[in-house]
Amino acid sequence: MSANLLAVFYLISGVLFILALRGLSSPETSRQGNFFGIIGMAIAVGVTIISIGNFSAGFIYLLIFLIVGGSIGAFIAFKIPMTAMPELVAGFHSLVGLAAVFVAISAFLNPEVFNLGFPGKIKIASLIEMSLGAAIGAITFTGSIIAFLKLRGLMSGSPITFVGQHFLNLALGITIVGLIFYLCNTQQEYLFWSLIAISFLVGVLLIIPIGGADMPVVISMLNSYSGWAAAGIGFTLENTALIITGALVGSSGAILSYIMCKGMNRSFFNVILGGWGATEESLKSSSTEQKPVKSGNADDAAFLMKNASSVIIVPGYGMAVAQAQHALREMVDSLKKNGVKVSYAIHPVAGRMPGHMNVLLAEANVPYDEVFELEDINNDFANCDVAYVIGANDVTNPVAKSDPQSPIYGMPILDVEKSKSVLFVKRSLSPGYAGIDNDLFYRENTLMLFADAKKMTEDITKSL
Amino acid sequence: MEIDPFIFRLSIFILAIFVGYYVVWSVTPSLHTPLMSVTNAISSVIIVGAIVAALAGDNSKIFDNANIFGFLAIVLAAINIFGGFLVTHRMLAMYKKKKKDK
Repeated sequence: MSANLLAVFYLISGVLFILALRGLSSPETSRQGNFFGIIGMAIAVGVTIISIGNFSAGFIYLLIFLIVGGSIGAFIAFKIPMTAMPELVAGFHSLVGLAAVFVAISAFLNPEVFNLGFPGKIKIASLIEMSLGAAIGAITFTGSIIAFLKLRGLMSGSPITFVGQHFLNLALGITIVGLIFYLCNTQQEYLFWSLIAISFLVGVLLIIPIGGADMPVVISMLNSYSGWAAAGIGFTLENTALIITGALVGSSGAILSYIMCKGMNRSFFNVILGGWGATEESLKSSSTEQKPVKSGNADDAAFLMKNASSVIIVPGYGMAVAQAQHALREMVDSLKKNGVKVSYAIHPVAGRMPGHMNVLLAEANVPYDEVFELEDINNDFANCDVAYVIGANDVTNPVAKSDPQSPIYGMPILDVEKSKSVLFVKRSLSPGYAGIDNDLFYRENTLMLFADAKKMTEDITKSL
Repeated sequence: MEIDPFIFRLSIFILAIFVGYYVVWSVTPSLHTPLMSVTNAISSVIIVGAIVAALAGDNSKIFDNANIFGFLAIVLAAINIFGGFLVTHRMLAMYKKKKKDK
Protein backbone atom coordinates (compact mmCIF):
# COMPACT_ATOMS: atom_id res chain seq x y z
CA MET A 1 0.00 0.00 0.00
CA SER A 2 1.40 3.38 -0.93
CA ALA A 3 2.18 5.89 1.77
CA ASN A 4 -0.34 8.32 0.31
CA LEU A 5 -3.20 5.82 0.34
CA LEU A 6 -2.27 4.88 3.89
CA ALA A 7 -2.40 8.56 4.90
CA VAL A 8 -5.86 8.88 3.33
CA PHE A 9 -7.13 5.94 5.37
CA TYR A 10 -5.71 7.48 8.55
CA LEU A 11 -7.47 10.72 7.66
CA ILE A 12 -10.74 8.81 7.25
CA SER A 13 -10.42 7.24 10.67
CA GLY A 14 -9.60 10.66 12.11
CA VAL A 15 -12.83 12.02 10.63
CA LEU A 16 -14.80 9.04 11.99
CA PHE A 17 -13.44 9.83 15.45
CA ILE A 18 -14.70 13.40 15.12
CA LEU A 19 -18.13 12.01 14.19
CA ALA A 20 -17.95 9.70 17.22
CA LEU A 21 -17.69 12.71 19.52
CA ARG A 22 -20.23 14.64 17.51
CA GLY A 23 -22.75 11.84 18.07
CA LEU A 24 -22.66 12.51 21.80
CA SER A 25 -24.50 15.80 21.36
CA SER A 26 -27.72 13.90 22.06
CA PRO A 27 -28.52 10.46 23.47
CA GLU A 28 -30.37 9.49 20.26
CA THR A 29 -27.31 9.86 18.03
CA SER A 30 -24.80 8.69 20.61
CA ARG A 31 -24.92 4.98 19.85
CA GLN A 32 -24.34 5.67 16.17
CA GLY A 33 -21.40 7.88 17.18
CA ASN A 34 -19.82 5.07 19.17
CA PHE A 35 -20.22 2.84 16.14
CA PHE A 36 -18.36 5.38 13.97
CA GLY A 37 -15.57 5.32 16.51
CA ILE A 38 -15.32 1.54 16.29
CA ILE A 39 -15.18 1.65 12.48
CA GLY A 40 -12.51 4.34 12.61
CA MET A 41 -10.42 2.21 14.92
CA ALA A 42 -10.90 -0.91 12.76
CA ILE A 43 -9.75 1.01 9.68
CA ALA A 44 -6.67 2.39 11.43
CA VAL A 45 -5.62 -1.00 12.79
CA GLY A 46 -6.48 -2.83 9.56
CA VAL A 47 -4.53 -0.61 7.18
CA THR A 48 -1.54 -0.53 9.51
CA ILE A 49 -1.32 -4.31 9.48
CA ILE A 50 -1.78 -4.45 5.70
CA SER A 51 0.85 -1.77 5.14
CA ILE A 52 3.44 -3.82 6.99
CA GLY A 53 2.47 -6.82 4.90
CA ASN A 54 4.21 -9.12 7.31
CA PHE A 55 2.13 -12.26 7.59
CA SER A 56 4.80 -14.45 9.12
CA ALA A 57 5.53 -15.39 12.71
CA GLY A 58 5.21 -11.84 13.97
CA PHE A 59 1.64 -11.60 12.73
CA ILE A 60 0.56 -14.59 14.83
CA TYR A 61 2.00 -12.92 17.93
CA LEU A 62 0.26 -9.69 17.01
CA LEU A 63 -3.07 -11.52 16.90
CA ILE A 64 -2.38 -13.29 20.18
CA PHE A 65 -1.51 -10.05 21.97
CA LEU A 66 -4.53 -8.30 20.45
CA ILE A 67 -6.86 -11.07 21.57
CA VAL A 68 -5.37 -11.21 25.06
CA GLY A 69 -5.70 -7.44 25.52
CA GLY A 70 -9.11 -7.35 23.88
CA SER A 71 -10.49 -10.13 26.08
CA ILE A 72 -9.24 -8.44 29.24
CA GLY A 73 -10.80 -5.16 28.11
CA ALA A 74 -14.11 -6.78 27.16
CA PHE A 75 -14.24 -8.69 30.43
CA ILE A 76 -13.70 -5.51 32.44
CA ALA A 77 -16.25 -3.58 30.37
CA PHE A 78 -18.99 -6.15 31.01
CA LYS A 79 -18.22 -6.73 34.68
CA ILE A 80 -17.69 -3.22 35.94
CA PRO A 81 -20.55 -1.78 38.03
CA MET A 82 -21.66 1.69 36.94
CA THR A 83 -20.77 3.15 40.34
CA ALA A 84 -17.13 2.23 39.67
CA MET A 85 -16.98 4.18 36.41
CA PRO A 86 -14.62 6.92 37.71
CA GLU A 87 -12.01 4.35 38.75
CA LEU A 88 -12.38 2.55 35.46
CA VAL A 89 -11.80 5.69 33.42
CA ALA A 90 -8.78 6.60 35.57
CA GLY A 91 -7.41 3.10 35.06
CA PHE A 92 -7.91 3.29 31.29
CA HIS A 93 -6.12 6.65 31.18
CA SER A 94 -3.12 5.08 32.85
CA LEU A 95 -2.99 2.43 30.11
CA VAL A 96 -3.01 5.03 27.32
CA GLY A 97 -0.19 6.86 29.10
CA LEU A 98 1.91 3.74 29.51
CA ALA A 99 1.27 2.66 25.91
CA ALA A 100 2.53 6.08 24.76
CA VAL A 101 5.67 5.60 26.86
CA PHE A 102 6.28 2.14 25.37
CA VAL A 103 5.82 3.30 21.80
CA ALA A 104 8.19 6.22 22.44
CA ILE A 105 10.76 3.82 23.91
CA SER A 106 10.64 1.50 20.93
CA ALA A 107 10.87 4.48 18.57
CA PHE A 108 13.94 5.63 20.48
CA LEU A 109 15.61 2.21 20.46
CA ASN A 110 14.68 1.32 16.91
CA PRO A 111 14.27 4.59 14.96
CA GLU A 112 14.95 3.06 11.51
CA VAL A 113 11.58 1.35 11.61
CA PHE A 114 9.79 4.68 11.81
CA ASN A 115 12.14 6.50 9.38
CA LEU A 116 13.45 8.72 12.14
CA GLY A 117 17.16 8.17 11.54
CA PHE A 118 19.46 5.76 13.35
CA PRO A 119 20.19 5.05 17.02
CA GLY A 120 22.40 7.87 18.21
CA LYS A 121 21.50 9.95 15.15
CA ILE A 122 17.76 10.50 15.53
CA LYS A 123 16.33 13.60 13.90
CA ILE A 124 16.14 16.42 16.44
CA ALA A 125 12.48 17.22 15.73
CA SER A 126 11.50 13.58 16.17
CA LEU A 127 13.52 13.37 19.35
CA ILE A 128 11.71 16.36 20.83
CA GLU A 129 8.34 14.94 19.81
CA MET A 130 8.99 11.50 21.24
CA SER A 131 10.45 12.96 24.44
CA LEU A 132 7.36 15.07 24.96
CA GLY A 133 5.10 12.11 24.16
CA ALA A 134 7.02 9.90 26.59
CA ALA A 135 7.11 12.53 29.35
CA ILE A 136 3.42 13.38 29.16
CA GLY A 137 2.55 9.70 28.79
CA ALA A 138 4.57 8.86 31.91
CA ILE A 139 2.94 11.66 33.91
CA THR A 140 -0.48 10.43 32.74
CA PHE A 141 0.40 6.88 33.75
CA THR A 142 1.45 7.45 37.36
CA GLY A 143 -1.00 10.31 37.86
CA SER A 144 -3.89 8.09 36.79
CA ILE A 145 -2.68 5.28 39.03
CA ILE A 146 -2.83 7.64 42.02
CA ALA A 147 -6.26 8.88 40.93
CA PHE A 148 -7.39 5.27 40.57
CA LEU A 149 -6.14 4.36 44.06
CA LYS A 150 -7.86 7.39 45.59
CA LEU A 151 -11.15 6.74 43.81
CA ARG A 152 -11.06 3.05 44.64
CA GLY A 153 -10.49 3.93 48.29
CA LEU A 154 -7.18 2.03 48.37
CA MET A 155 -5.51 5.29 49.25
CA SER A 156 -6.86 8.06 51.46
CA GLY A 157 -8.79 10.69 49.53
CA SER A 158 -7.41 13.47 51.69
CA PRO A 159 -4.74 15.68 50.16
CA ILE A 160 -1.10 14.83 50.88
CA THR A 161 0.95 17.98 51.17
CA PHE A 162 4.45 18.76 52.39
CA VAL A 163 6.66 21.79 52.63
CA GLY A 164 8.34 22.77 49.39
CA GLN A 165 5.99 20.65 47.30
CA HIS A 166 5.36 23.25 44.62
CA PHE A 167 9.04 24.13 44.54
CA LEU A 168 9.94 20.47 44.04
CA ASN A 169 7.42 20.12 41.21
CA LEU A 170 8.77 23.23 39.55
CA ALA A 171 12.35 21.99 39.89
CA LEU A 172 11.40 18.62 38.38
CA GLY A 173 9.57 20.35 35.54
CA ILE A 174 12.68 22.38 34.73
CA THR A 175 14.78 19.22 34.96
CA ILE A 176 12.54 17.57 32.35
CA VAL A 177 13.04 20.47 29.95
CA GLY A 178 16.80 20.40 30.62
CA LEU A 179 16.97 16.65 30.00
CA ILE A 180 15.15 16.99 26.67
CA PHE A 181 17.61 19.72 25.71
CA TYR A 182 20.67 17.58 26.57
CA LEU A 183 19.10 14.55 24.95
CA CYS A 184 18.84 16.46 21.67
CA ASN A 185 22.46 17.51 21.94
CA THR A 186 24.05 14.26 22.99
CA GLN A 187 21.51 11.52 22.08
CA GLN A 188 22.59 9.63 25.19
CA GLU A 189 20.31 6.73 26.05
CA TYR A 190 20.51 7.23 29.84
CA LEU A 191 19.07 10.75 29.46
CA PHE A 192 15.99 9.29 27.82
CA TRP A 193 15.50 6.78 30.65
CA SER A 194 16.01 9.48 33.30
CA LEU A 195 13.45 11.64 31.53
CA ILE A 196 10.88 8.86 31.78
CA ALA A 197 11.76 8.10 35.42
CA ILE A 198 11.42 11.74 36.48
CA SER A 199 8.13 12.07 34.60
CA PHE A 200 6.78 9.05 36.49
CA LEU A 201 7.68 10.83 39.72
CA VAL A 202 6.06 14.09 38.59
CA GLY A 203 2.81 12.24 37.86
CA VAL A 204 2.66 10.99 41.45
CA LEU A 205 3.57 14.36 42.96
CA LEU A 206 1.01 16.20 40.85
CA ILE A 207 -1.97 14.15 41.99
CA ILE A 208 -1.29 13.36 45.67
CA PRO A 209 -2.06 16.91 46.95
CA ILE A 210 -5.50 16.89 45.30
CA GLY A 211 -8.43 15.87 47.47
CA GLY A 212 -11.14 13.30 46.78
CA ALA A 213 -13.94 15.66 45.76
CA ASP A 214 -11.70 17.43 43.27
CA MET A 215 -11.40 14.18 41.36
CA PRO A 216 -13.74 15.34 38.56
CA VAL A 217 -11.11 17.91 37.65
CA VAL A 218 -8.26 15.44 37.97
CA ILE A 219 -9.89 12.83 35.77
CA SER A 220 -10.68 15.40 33.09
CA MET A 221 -7.15 16.75 33.27
CA LEU A 222 -5.61 13.30 32.91
CA ASN A 223 -7.96 12.66 30.00
CA SER A 224 -6.53 15.77 28.40
CA TYR A 225 -2.91 14.69 29.11
CA SER A 226 -3.47 11.29 27.55
CA GLY A 227 -4.58 13.14 24.41
CA TRP A 228 -1.50 15.37 24.28
CA ALA A 229 0.72 12.32 24.82
CA ALA A 230 -0.97 10.59 21.87
CA ALA A 231 -0.52 13.73 19.74
CA GLY A 232 3.18 13.86 20.62
CA ILE A 233 3.61 10.27 19.46
CA GLY A 234 1.48 11.09 16.40
CA PHE A 235 3.99 13.76 15.38
CA THR A 236 6.86 11.34 15.90
CA LEU A 237 5.24 8.67 13.77
CA GLU A 238 3.92 11.23 11.27
CA ASN A 239 0.48 9.68 11.65
CA THR A 240 -2.57 11.84 10.92
CA ALA A 241 -5.08 9.65 12.75
CA LEU A 242 -3.02 9.89 15.91
CA ILE A 243 -2.50 13.66 15.59
CA ILE A 244 -6.22 14.33 15.06
CA THR A 245 -7.23 12.01 17.89
CA GLY A 246 -4.67 13.51 20.24
CA ALA A 247 -5.96 17.01 19.51
CA LEU A 248 -9.59 15.93 19.99
CA VAL A 249 -8.97 14.14 23.26
CA GLY A 250 -6.66 16.85 24.53
CA SER A 251 -9.18 19.61 23.97
CA SER A 252 -12.05 17.45 25.22
CA GLY A 253 -10.32 16.88 28.53
CA ALA A 254 -9.37 20.53 28.80
CA ILE A 255 -12.98 21.65 28.27
CA LEU A 256 -14.26 19.16 30.84
CA SER A 257 -11.68 20.41 33.36
CA TYR A 258 -12.84 23.95 32.69
CA ILE A 259 -16.52 23.02 33.19
CA MET A 260 -15.69 21.22 36.44
CA CYS A 261 -13.65 24.15 37.78
CA LYS A 262 -16.45 26.53 36.90
CA GLY A 263 -18.91 24.26 38.72
CA MET A 264 -16.83 24.82 41.84
CA ASN A 265 -16.01 28.47 41.12
CA ARG A 266 -12.31 27.72 41.47
CA SER A 267 -9.47 28.38 39.13
CA PHE A 268 -7.75 25.44 37.51
CA PHE A 269 -4.48 26.25 39.31
CA ASN A 270 -6.24 26.48 42.65
CA VAL A 271 -7.43 22.89 42.19
CA ILE A 272 -4.13 21.60 40.83
CA LEU A 273 -2.06 23.14 43.60
CA GLY A 274 -4.37 21.28 45.94
CA GLY A 275 -4.45 20.98 49.70
CA TRP A 276 -7.80 22.71 50.03
CA GLY A 277 -9.91 20.37 52.12
CA ALA A 278 -7.31 19.71 54.81
CA THR A 279 -6.78 23.24 56.12
CA GLU A 280 -10.44 24.22 56.17
CA GLU A 281 -11.59 21.16 58.07
CA SER A 282 -9.44 21.81 61.14
CA LEU A 283 -10.53 25.42 61.15
CA LYS A 284 -14.24 24.76 61.08
CA SER A 285 -14.63 21.84 63.44
CA SER A 286 -13.84 24.05 66.43
CA SER A 287 -16.42 26.70 65.61
CA THR A 288 -19.38 24.34 65.27
CA GLU A 289 -21.94 24.94 67.99
CA GLN A 290 -25.11 23.04 68.80
CA LYS A 291 -27.97 24.37 66.76
CA PRO A 292 -31.49 22.96 66.74
CA VAL A 293 -32.18 20.48 63.98
CA LYS A 294 -35.48 18.95 62.99
CA SER A 295 -35.15 15.29 62.22
CA GLY A 296 -37.78 12.91 60.99
CA ASN A 297 -38.33 9.34 59.90
CA ALA A 298 -39.42 7.62 56.72
CA ASP A 299 -43.14 8.00 57.48
CA ASP A 300 -42.83 11.79 57.85
CA ALA A 301 -40.96 11.99 54.58
CA ALA A 302 -43.49 9.77 52.80
CA PHE A 303 -46.34 11.90 54.11
CA LEU A 304 -44.72 15.12 52.91
CA MET A 305 -43.95 13.81 49.46
CA LYS A 306 -47.29 12.07 48.94
CA ASN A 307 -49.09 15.34 49.53
CA ALA A 308 -46.74 17.34 47.31
CA SER A 309 -47.59 18.20 43.77
CA SER A 310 -43.98 18.44 42.63
CA VAL A 311 -40.75 16.95 43.98
CA ILE A 312 -37.19 17.61 42.85
CA ILE A 313 -34.53 15.01 43.59
CA VAL A 314 -30.96 16.23 44.18
CA PRO A 315 -28.53 13.29 44.01
CA GLY A 316 -24.87 13.46 44.99
CA TYR A 317 -21.84 11.28 45.55
CA GLY A 318 -23.49 9.73 48.62
CA MET A 319 -26.09 8.15 46.36
CA ALA A 320 -23.32 6.43 44.39
CA VAL A 321 -21.62 5.23 47.59
CA ALA A 322 -24.87 3.81 48.95
CA GLN A 323 -25.81 2.34 45.53
CA ALA A 324 -29.21 3.94 46.10
CA GLN A 325 -30.09 4.76 42.48
CA HIS A 326 -32.40 1.77 41.98
CA ALA A 327 -34.15 2.28 45.32
CA LEU A 328 -34.54 5.93 44.39
CA ARG A 329 -36.22 5.15 41.10
CA GLU A 330 -38.65 2.77 42.84
CA MET A 331 -39.54 5.55 45.26
CA VAL A 332 -40.13 7.92 42.35
CA ASP A 333 -42.34 5.32 40.65
CA SER A 334 -44.58 5.13 43.73
CA LEU A 335 -44.67 8.93 43.89
CA LYS A 336 -45.73 9.13 40.27
CA LYS A 337 -48.53 6.67 40.97
CA ASN A 338 -49.73 9.18 43.54
CA GLY A 339 -49.78 11.85 40.86
CA VAL A 340 -46.65 13.68 42.02
CA LYS A 341 -44.51 15.37 39.37
CA VAL A 342 -40.87 14.37 39.84
CA SER A 343 -37.70 15.70 38.25
CA TYR A 344 -33.99 15.36 38.99
CA ALA A 345 -31.49 18.20 39.42
CA ILE A 346 -27.82 17.50 38.71
CA HIS A 347 -25.05 19.80 39.81
CA PRO A 348 -22.05 19.89 37.42
CA VAL A 349 -19.65 18.54 40.06
CA ALA A 350 -21.99 16.02 41.70
CA GLY A 351 -20.15 12.74 41.98
CA ARG A 352 -16.56 11.92 41.19
CA MET A 353 -16.46 12.51 37.44
CA PRO A 354 -18.30 14.61 34.86
CA GLY A 355 -21.75 13.16 34.18
CA HIS A 356 -21.39 10.55 36.94
CA MET A 357 -24.94 11.03 38.32
CA ASN A 358 -26.52 10.93 34.88
CA VAL A 359 -25.03 7.52 34.16
CA LEU A 360 -26.21 6.12 37.49
CA LEU A 361 -29.74 7.41 36.97
CA ALA A 362 -29.74 6.04 33.43
CA GLU A 363 -28.65 2.69 34.84
CA ALA A 364 -31.68 2.77 37.17
CA ASN A 365 -33.93 3.32 34.10
CA VAL A 366 -34.64 6.96 34.85
CA PRO A 367 -35.63 8.55 31.52
CA TYR A 368 -33.03 11.16 30.58
CA ASP A 369 -35.66 13.79 29.84
CA GLU A 370 -36.58 13.89 33.54
CA VAL A 371 -33.00 14.77 34.47
CA PHE A 372 -31.99 18.43 34.33
CA GLU A 373 -28.79 20.44 34.61
CA LEU A 374 -28.36 23.17 37.18
CA GLU A 375 -29.18 26.17 34.99
CA ASP A 376 -32.26 24.47 33.52
CA ILE A 377 -33.93 23.58 36.79
CA ASN A 378 -32.70 26.07 39.36
CA ASN A 379 -35.69 28.39 38.98
CA ASP A 380 -38.10 25.52 39.56
CA PHE A 381 -37.12 25.08 43.19
CA ALA A 382 -39.17 28.14 44.12
CA ASN A 383 -42.33 26.43 42.85
CA CYS A 384 -41.58 22.98 44.14
CA ASP A 385 -43.08 21.47 47.28
CA VAL A 386 -40.35 19.06 48.33
CA ALA A 387 -36.66 18.87 47.49
CA TYR A 388 -35.22 15.43 48.26
CA VAL A 389 -31.45 15.75 48.76
CA ILE A 390 -29.80 12.35 48.65
CA GLY A 391 -26.05 12.16 49.19
CA ALA A 392 -25.35 15.75 48.15
CA ASN A 393 -24.18 18.44 50.53
CA ASP A 394 -21.83 21.27 49.53
CA VAL A 395 -23.62 21.81 46.20
CA THR A 396 -26.77 22.82 48.11
CA ASN A 397 -25.14 25.03 50.73
CA PRO A 398 -26.69 28.52 50.64
CA VAL A 399 -23.57 29.90 52.30
CA ALA A 400 -22.02 29.95 48.83
CA LYS A 401 -24.34 32.85 48.05
CA SER A 402 -24.31 34.71 51.36
CA ASP A 403 -20.92 34.47 53.05
CA PRO A 404 -17.91 35.95 51.21
CA GLN A 405 -15.63 34.39 53.87
CA SER A 406 -16.69 30.88 52.98
CA PRO A 407 -14.29 28.80 50.86
CA ILE A 408 -17.14 27.86 48.56
CA TYR A 409 -18.38 31.45 48.17
CA GLY A 410 -19.40 32.10 44.58
CA MET A 411 -19.82 28.45 43.69
CA PRO A 412 -23.03 27.94 41.73
CA ILE A 413 -25.40 25.95 43.94
CA LEU A 414 -28.79 24.34 43.55
CA ASP A 415 -31.33 26.64 45.23
CA VAL A 416 -32.78 23.83 47.31
CA GLU A 417 -33.65 26.18 50.19
CA LYS A 418 -36.29 27.92 48.06
CA SER A 419 -38.55 24.90 47.93
CA LYS A 420 -41.38 24.64 50.49
CA SER A 421 -39.70 21.84 52.38
CA VAL A 422 -36.36 20.11 52.12
CA LEU A 423 -35.74 16.48 52.96
CA PHE A 424 -32.08 15.86 53.60
CA VAL A 425 -30.95 12.22 53.66
CA LYS A 426 -27.63 12.01 55.45
CA ARG A 427 -25.89 9.77 57.95
CA SER A 428 -24.99 12.56 60.36
CA LEU A 429 -24.57 16.31 60.60
CA SER A 430 -20.91 16.05 59.61
CA PRO A 431 -19.76 18.67 57.13
CA GLY A 432 -19.15 17.79 53.49
CA TYR A 433 -15.87 17.69 51.65
CA ALA A 434 -15.27 21.43 51.85
CA GLY A 435 -15.31 21.04 55.62
CA ILE A 436 -18.00 23.65 56.15
CA ASP A 437 -21.24 23.39 57.96
CA ASN A 438 -24.34 23.41 55.78
CA ASP A 439 -26.70 26.18 56.83
CA LEU A 440 -29.55 24.26 55.28
CA PHE A 441 -29.55 21.66 58.10
CA TYR A 442 -30.86 24.22 60.58
CA ARG A 443 -33.50 25.88 58.44
CA GLU A 444 -37.12 25.93 59.50
CA ASN A 445 -38.28 24.10 56.38
CA THR A 446 -35.64 21.36 56.51
CA LEU A 447 -36.30 17.87 57.78
CA MET A 448 -33.19 15.79 58.34
CA LEU A 449 -33.48 12.06 57.66
CA PHE A 450 -30.55 10.44 59.45
CA ALA A 451 -29.95 7.10 57.76
CA ASP A 452 -28.18 5.28 55.00
CA ALA A 453 -29.40 6.74 51.70
CA LYS A 454 -30.50 3.42 50.26
CA LYS A 455 -32.23 2.16 53.40
CA MET A 456 -34.10 5.43 53.97
CA THR A 457 -35.27 5.54 50.37
CA GLU A 458 -36.54 1.96 50.58
CA ASP A 459 -38.36 2.71 53.83
CA ILE A 460 -40.06 5.73 52.29
CA THR A 461 -41.21 3.60 49.36
CA LYS A 462 -42.74 1.14 51.83
CA SER A 463 -44.65 3.89 53.62
CA LEU A 464 -45.97 5.41 50.43
CA MET B 1 10.60 27.46 -1.36
CA GLU B 2 9.63 24.16 0.18
CA ILE B 3 7.37 23.72 3.17
CA ASP B 4 8.48 21.28 5.79
CA PRO B 5 5.92 18.42 6.12
CA PHE B 6 6.00 19.15 9.84
CA ILE B 7 4.12 22.37 9.16
CA PHE B 8 1.35 20.42 7.44
CA ARG B 9 1.03 18.12 10.42
CA LEU B 10 1.06 21.09 12.74
CA SER B 11 -1.78 22.65 10.70
CA ILE B 12 -3.82 19.46 11.00
CA PHE B 13 -3.12 19.41 14.73
CA ILE B 14 -4.17 23.01 15.32
CA LEU B 15 -7.30 22.67 13.20
CA ALA B 16 -8.22 19.44 14.97
CA ILE B 17 -7.93 21.23 18.32
CA PHE B 18 -10.49 23.74 17.10
CA VAL B 19 -12.76 21.00 15.76
CA GLY B 20 -12.46 19.26 19.11
CA TYR B 21 -13.24 22.47 20.94
CA TYR B 22 -16.52 23.07 19.11
CA VAL B 23 -17.57 19.44 18.97
CA VAL B 24 -17.00 18.87 22.68
CA TRP B 25 -18.90 22.00 23.68
CA SER B 26 -21.89 20.60 21.82
CA VAL B 27 -21.81 17.39 23.86
CA THR B 28 -24.73 17.34 26.27
CA PRO B 29 -23.57 17.38 29.93
CA SER B 30 -25.53 14.24 30.71
CA LEU B 31 -23.23 12.34 28.35
CA HIS B 32 -19.95 13.58 29.80
CA THR B 33 -19.08 10.21 31.30
CA PRO B 34 -19.53 8.36 27.98
CA LEU B 35 -17.52 11.19 26.39
CA MET B 36 -14.61 10.39 28.67
CA SER B 37 -14.78 6.67 28.02
CA VAL B 38 -15.04 7.09 24.26
CA THR B 39 -12.16 9.59 24.09
CA ASN B 40 -10.25 7.04 26.09
CA ALA B 41 -11.00 4.38 23.53
CA ILE B 42 -10.09 6.49 20.50
CA SER B 43 -6.85 7.77 22.01
CA SER B 44 -5.78 4.14 21.99
CA VAL B 45 -5.35 4.50 18.24
CA ILE B 46 -1.75 4.79 19.46
CA ILE B 47 -1.88 1.05 18.81
CA VAL B 48 -0.90 1.77 15.18
CA GLY B 49 2.49 2.91 16.46
CA ALA B 50 2.68 -0.16 18.65
CA ILE B 51 1.94 -2.48 15.72
CA VAL B 52 4.68 -0.93 13.59
CA ALA B 53 7.10 -1.11 16.52
CA ALA B 54 6.27 -4.74 17.16
CA LEU B 55 6.30 -6.12 13.63
CA ALA B 56 8.81 -4.04 11.77
CA GLY B 57 12.42 -4.96 11.36
CA ASP B 58 14.09 -8.31 11.24
CA ASN B 59 11.67 -11.18 11.64
CA SER B 60 14.17 -13.45 13.34
CA LYS B 61 14.42 -11.06 16.28
CA ILE B 62 10.72 -10.80 16.92
CA PHE B 63 11.13 -10.36 20.67
CA ASP B 64 14.07 -8.04 20.47
CA ASN B 65 14.08 -5.32 23.11
CA ALA B 66 12.56 -2.63 20.87
CA ASN B 67 9.86 -4.98 19.56
CA ILE B 68 8.87 -6.23 22.98
CA PHE B 69 7.86 -2.72 23.98
CA GLY B 70 5.68 -2.65 20.87
CA PHE B 71 3.97 -5.87 21.89
CA LEU B 72 3.42 -4.64 25.44
CA ALA B 73 1.90 -1.45 24.06
CA ILE B 74 -0.41 -3.54 21.84
CA VAL B 75 -1.79 -5.37 24.87
CA LEU B 76 -2.37 -2.12 26.80
CA ALA B 77 -3.99 -0.35 23.86
CA ALA B 78 -6.14 -3.40 23.04
CA ILE B 79 -7.48 -3.48 26.62
CA ASN B 80 -8.39 0.15 26.21
CA ILE B 81 -9.93 -0.13 22.76
CA PHE B 82 -12.20 -3.06 23.58
CA GLY B 83 -12.87 -1.96 27.14
CA GLY B 84 -13.47 1.67 26.17
CA PHE B 85 -15.86 1.10 23.27
CA LEU B 86 -17.77 -1.68 25.01
CA VAL B 87 -18.26 0.18 28.26
CA THR B 88 -19.37 3.25 26.29
CA HIS B 89 -21.84 1.09 24.42
CA ARG B 90 -23.11 -0.36 27.69
CA MET B 91 -23.64 3.11 29.13
CA LEU B 92 -25.30 4.57 26.05
CA ALA B 93 -27.69 1.63 25.86
CA MET B 94 -29.05 2.70 29.25
CA TYR B 95 -30.07 6.21 28.21
CA LYS B 96 -33.77 5.94 27.48
CA LYS B 97 -36.49 8.43 26.87
CA LYS B 98 -39.70 8.62 28.83
CA LYS B 99 -42.24 6.10 27.65
CA LYS B 100 -45.12 7.67 25.76
CA ASP B 101 -47.90 6.07 27.82
CA LYS B 102 -46.68 7.60 31.10
